[in-house]
Amino acid sequence: MESEWMKALGGGAIIGVASLILLAFNGRIFGVSGIVGIALSKPKGETSWRVSAILGLLLGGLVMSAIAPEAFQAPNNPLWLSAIAGLLVGYGTRLGNGCTSGHGICGISRLSVRSIAATVTFLLFGFLAATLSALLGS
Amino acid sequence: MQSLSSLIAGFIFALGLGISGMTNPMKVKAFLDLSGNWDPSLIFVMVGGIAVYSTGYFFLRRKEKPFLGPQFIIPKPSAIDRRLLLGSGVFGIGWGISGFCPGPALSSLGAGSLHAPVFVSAMLIAMIAFAKLEGLRASKSFR
Repeated sequence: MESEWMKALGGGAIIGVASLILLAFNGRIFGVSGIVGIALSKPKGETSWRVSAILGLLLGGLVMSAIAPEAFQAPNNPLWLSAIAGLLVGYGTRLGNGCTSGHGICGISRLSVRSIAATVTFLLFGFLAATLSALLGS
Repeated sequence: MQSLSSLIAGFIFALGLGISGMTNPMKVKAFLDLSGNWDPSLIFVMVGGIAVYSTGYFFLRRKEKPFLGPQFIIPKPSAIDRRLLLGSGVFGIGWGISGFCPGPALSSLGAGSLHAPVFVSAMLIAMIAFAKLEGLRASKSFR
């Protein structure tokens, strides 16, 4: 259990370093949903850094899953629920201007009141949804 | 050059996600599901991330501009509104039923399971739909 905490803490620190690299070099906030959403909706705008950040995520994920496939377990819900979840996450993060990365790490670090409110809200509803679906036995 | 730094940032970000446990939807569900054997360890992802990022932010905000770009583009403080809370609530529900949020889902695309590509496709469709609806809203309010 303690080693799980250490991995979470270390992994979180690495996520923090990656987000700082984007801030220090590009002057941008590492918010995944915003990066993807804006790359999709403004294809003529300033998208090259966004596309390469997404490419980096994909490549890093590939390398990581080659080294540690056990870190990429499949969820236990039916596939159609993953599709519904994708719709909710896509729409919700755009409406709420951010997700776990942009609000949960970058925003809270900047002491943004909006990000703190957003993080409390998605955590609360995340707890609710996961607990209910576990109780309903999905 | 800006594309190279964001590529590197994305790459390292995904390594962090993988190490932290965030790319494992079953672990995320064990964190969000309070009914069974609650596994609170993922809260430390936020602790580690915020500790590092807030420290770096403290020093970086004294700089006039980033190393490569013309300026820092950071959201201005603004009020909490209904859209923020509604959107975050909807996001939370999707996160809780699947165990995926955007970063980990993208990083898991090539990991083997069909769930990540299905989730990401749906997410992209919803993001495009959101942008279209926002466009409609904007053109209506102009009339």
